[in-house]
Amino acid sequence: MTDSATLEAVLVDQDEGNFSYPEDYAHDAGYGLTEKTLDYISDIKGEAEWIRDFRKRALKVFEEKPMPTHWASADLDNIVFDQIRYYLAKGQRPTRSWDEVPDDVKETFERLGIPEKERKFLAGVEAQFDSEAAYSNVKEELTKQGVIFVNSIEGLREHPEIFRPWFGKVIPTGDNKFSALNSAVFSGGSFIYVPPGVKVKYPLQAYFRINAENFGQFERTLILVDEGAEVTYMEGCTAPKFETATLHSAVVELVAMKDAKIQYITVQNWSNNVFNLVTKRGLAHENAEIRWIDCNIGSRLTMKYPGVIMKGRRARGEVISIALANNGQHQDTGAKMIHAADETTSNIVAKSISVGTGRSTYRGLVHIPKHLKGCKNNTECDALLINAASRNDTYPAITVRGNQHATQHEASVSQVSEEQIFYMKQRGLSEGEAMSLSVNGFVNDLVREFPMEYSVELKRLIDMEMEGSVG
Amino acid sequence: MVLTPPDETTSRPANGWCAAPPVTDEPADLPAWYRELRESAWERFATLPTPTRTNQAWRFADLKHLRFEEYAPAAEVSASLAASLVGRAVGERPAGFAAHFVFANNRLLHAETPALPTGATCLPIAEALVRHPELVRAYFLRRDDVLGGEKFAALHAAATLSGVFLHFPKGCVAELPVIIHHFIGGEGSIAFPHSLVVAEDEASVSVFDLFESIGANEDTLLVGMADLHAHRGGRIQYAGLQDLSDTGAKHVQLQHTRAGRDASVKVGFINLGAEWIRNESVNRMIESGADCQIFSANLANANQEYDQRTLQSHEAQHTTSDLLFKNALYDRSRTIFSGLIQVQPGSHHTDSYQTCRNLLGSDEAEATSMPGLEIDANQVKCSHGSTSGTISDEEIFYLRARGIPAEDARKMISLGFLHGAIEKLDGDDLQDFLFARVERKFAAIG
Repeated sequence: MTDSATLEAVLVDQDEGNFSYPEDYAHDAGYGLTEKTLDYISDIKGEAEWIRDFRKRALKVFEEKPMPTHWASADLDNIVFDQIRYYLAKGQRPTRSWDEVPDDVKETFERLGIPEKERKFLAGVEAQFDSEAAYSNVKEELTKQGVIFVNSIEGLREHPEIFRPWFGKVIPTGDNKFSALNSAVFSGGSFIYVPPGVKVKYPLQAYFRINAENFGQFERTLILVDEGAEVTYMEGCTAPKFETATLHSAVVELVAMKDAKIQYITVQNWSNNVFNLVTKRGLAHENAEIRWIDCNIGSRLTMKYPGVIMKGRRARGEVISIALANNGQHQDTGAKMIHAADETTSNIVAKSISVGTGRSTYRGLVHIPKHLKGCKNNTECDALLINAASRNDTYPAITVRGNQHATQHEASVSQVSEEQIFYMKQRGLSEGEAMSLSVNGFVNDLVREFPMEYSVELKRLIDMEMEGSVG
Repeated sequence: MVLTPPDETTSRPANGWCAAPPVTDEPADLPAWYRELRESAWERFATLPTPTRTNQAWRFADLKHLRFEEYAPAAEVSASLAASLVGRAVGERPAGFAAHFVFANNRLLHAETPALPTGATCLPIAEALVRHPELVRAYFLRRDDVLGGEKFAALHAAATLSGVFLHFPKGCVAELPVIIHHFIGGEGSIAFPHSLVVAEDEASVSVFDLFESIGANEDTLLVGMADLHAHRGGRIQYAGLQDLSDTGAKHVQLQHTRAGRDASVKVGFINLGAEWIRNESVNRMIESGADCQIFSANLANANQEYDQRTLQSHEAQHTTSDLLFKNALYDRSRTIFSGLIQVQPGSHHTDSYQTCRNLLGSDEAEATSMPGLEIDANQVKCSHGSTSGTISDEEIFYLRARGIPAEDARKMISLGFLHGAIEKLDGDDLQDFLFARVERKFAAIG
């Protein structure tokens, strides 16, 4: 097997984020999950009664729901909920100025080059360290335009009239076991409101990091974009390597009002002992557009199926997804498109690459109910297998009612052709370079969809993952 | 088709008929191994749970059809009805055939073998069990992989004694198909047709199963199985036409293929009748060079629900498979297609394809497709495609411009659409026969 070399390449990559700091948390809810944990979180945050009730109801739902292992990976059974810490924080309020950020946290971010160096380009930045936002900054002009960019607790406390009506509406607590878990213990995450007609020129950015072992991060994001407004949101995630598994379970809700546009970009590079179980869904009103651009490179098991409910006429939904599964990783990703109005269109393009013993899975759901007219869906999923032990699965489900729609689905699985490699070697490239070039070519049309900073980063990550995977 | 009502009916059984295997017409000297096999199958049937909502193999399916306890073994048909059924089967069958069997309600009514090659064994299952117990034992009911229909498979194994055992020894080739009619009738009747086909090295055999109702509007259940074994270089074609009464009749057909080295197997399902059907087609290519091709043409209208699940399992290097399923849907009909291509570890140089096409002809029809891939090897070429749509206005316009009324144009295009799957089967007579049945159903849709 060539995989020792592959492993090395992976380590090089992940060592970038593999550092942690001594844990000296002001607030620690301890291990395990009971009503007391929820009270602890609510007390610290000084939350309104309705949020406390919301959490407690969610905990009941979480306890009642079985693990979805009848269709999902049995690896989920390895999560021990009693050995996870559900809340850790240094302080409560995010600092507004870089100078106020505690030195060790600052150092973490410096090492990652985020966000200080990038805030020159990015409109707003929020960085979450374990449970709470450690730093947040929104450019003044955005504030003047009425854009709200705060963390979830602040959002519910300061702007309940805006956020409460939509909170938990796109993804109800009972949607699945992990959305219920998130609803019970959520902390941090971004709440964004963009007023009518405001087009945010630069992307808003969030960065998530898990620092402590046996810790579960449960951020909650809600983005409301009012009529005719536009926003692009980017998130990145990393965690150091620990001996034991760590859990990340987010809930992300997007609401695009009439004619609004939301673009949500994720680059997920958790270390490969993180269970990344995320529920993401958008609600698109008339003529609105929601695009999920999703890139999964890290984690042990990722289960993520961004969805769009197209509720208004001519709404559009799109999922563009790249998954790279290396040794010991399972990228179980996909998309959900629910057409609920006439002339709605959706597009899914998913590309996955399996290296070494990595396993990538595409799961899709496209639903076009009856009495609708002129709905269209296009689904493409392509997979590339690099080594003999690599694995890829594709499980789409497409339901169409009525004769006024068109759907098409294509999937293919292949390996890098020997001819291509031969051609490039003949021109002086090493086999590894040739392979890397092929793989970059395979995902190139999708990588271009990412903003420049991210697409450069992505290419570099792919190069690293591919190093030593052949030969 | 004018269906005459049957002149006798079985009364609906009381709940809890499931106390003993529903076997009919059992020969006295059945081998001991078969009795054991049947008993253990019966136990499995009793203990296996009925599939529930969370069972992925039944995703999207309407589980209300899974009621076993409301059926009882079908009663024997009267002599006069038997004669008329044989007359109907003989009158309608395709012109050329190697052998022709007619069964009704689990019992053999008619057998003729005009063109069977020498060496071939072609016997009703019950008779084969008595005359060639060891040969039958090597193949009969030995499969254990199904796609969610475990309980049906166990019930079938516990009860089946109707159907045909076909064994073609090395080099034995039949040019013409073996035709097998299965009739079912009587309110609350259940029957268990079985086709066991074995092609030894370089042998070639073609089988055509027809499933029809004796009368209309009767609640009946057929739980059938077709088990195909092709050895080195062997060739099997299996076609199943389900043309049961579209009110009341239900049909479960479990089919299984094992293709050995350089063997090639073709399977075709044509579904026109029945209120609800479930097809499970497991195709295993177990040695290098094996090839499986699976085709289906389905025409659903009214409230018909067609639920089809397939597996193309590549278990050796250099194996190939192709699948093409075509559904034309009208009224409030539903179709479910769930197909999986599985490439087992080490099965390099696999070439596999899978296509499901849905033609929606009404505003209320619903088509679900779940084409799946599980690839565990490299150097493979696997892809699948699935489309759902309607006839485009351009196509209709083109035909109208040539003087064909819109209604006829629609019908022509739909017929041509289904023909695309039927024409993949070998045999002109067989193709013509199937196509005529599809046209007959189209005429009934109007």
